[in-house]
Amino acid sequence: MNHIKELLYKMADDLLIIGHRNSEWTGLGPILEEDIAFSSMAQDKIGQSQAIFQLLHELGEQEPDTVAFTRNANQFHNAVFTELPNGDYAFSTMRHFLYDVADQLRFEMLANSSYEPLAKVSRKVKGELKYHVFHANTWITKLGAATEESHARMQTALNECWNYALGMFEASEFEQQLISEKIFEGEAELKQRWLGAISPILTKATLTIPDESTWQPHTGGRKGIHTEHLQPLLDEMSEVFKIDPTAEW
Amino acid sequence: MIKSLDPRVTREQIELDNQIAPLQELDQWETYEVFHQKKRGDQHMHVGIVHAPNPEMALLFGKEQYGRRGITANIWVVKTANVFASEYEDQDIFETVPEKQYREAGGYKVMEKINKYKKEQKS
Repeated sequence: MNHIKELLYKMADDLLIIGHRNSEWTGLGPILEEDIAFSSMAQDKIGQSQAIFQLLHELGEQEPDTVAFTRNANQFHNAVFTELPNGDYAFSTMRHFLYDVADQLRFEMLANSSYEPLAKVSRKVKGELKYHVFHANTWITKLGAATEESHARMQTALNECWNYALGMFEASEFEQQLISEKIFEGEAELKQRWLGAISPILTKATLTIPDESTWQPHTGGRKGIHTEHLQPLLDEMSEVFKIDPTAEW
Repeated sequence: MIKSLDPRVTREQIELDNQIAPLQELDQWETYEVFHQKKRGDQHMHVGIVHAPNPEMALLFGKEQYGRRGITANIWVVKTANVFASEYEDQDIFETVPEKQYREAGGYKVMEKINKYKKEQKS
């Protein structure tokens, strides 16, 4: 069971942390319409993480709220990429693109998982993810190829994101077991599909993926090794919960 | 530095003398009218506007502004500038002289016939 739990934890933690980060834009977005769209997608992410924490609960882990709000940074399995501060809108939009395409592909692969509860959740979130990727693709292609300034800022964001984004595909110690039991086809396969999916969009946006010789995946997140940015995020996120954990919402 | 109750604002370390420049006229995106359809086959109903730089983004925003609650089958967006509208100063073209009952449904003595038919069906 540990291999399934490990897979679920990293997915749920990715969604929870990036969902919280993206929600930090609420009220501060570049225009009203985009503020609403980005906030709404952040809520979707939290909802998806809750669905996966619920699966973990069914496997004997604690209640979703307890798991989400009472762990310390070194007990989180999210990719470091998701915990980085929002930076400017170019960085946040680029992370949204790179993360959400990977997220959509991961769920797509898992829709055929032999672990039926996860396959079921994966099929349920299909529509939300389709919109998230549509949103990301539209912004990336628009901003990448709009003006000199927007192009330069998006290229800088891509360069800054790149090695962190590669860290999303950090292999787990259970890869072979997950593959052989047909639960998940593995991080290496996901990474290949991801490269295939993002490349045409980035080309259309006239943006260039950093040269392969410079690739140095920023890993560690899956094993609880995080940057100094995660703990303050967790403190802020769980502040209200910790005042009264038994409060009804 | 601005110290706000909202930690996100404080984190941004915004200088107080950082004046917010007023927007230039037309320093905004165009508007698109959004039409929402609940079920396939239903009429698309006008629900409001969104600001967007192109039709794709208008759809993107229209979906979240007007389609995120309740059921949606389809959304249309139409550039506001492309809507040809009547003038309010011509509102009087919709007024009509009342003595034309022959043009109104109420002008027909059809209820009598309906009632007669209903009565016949009952008996």
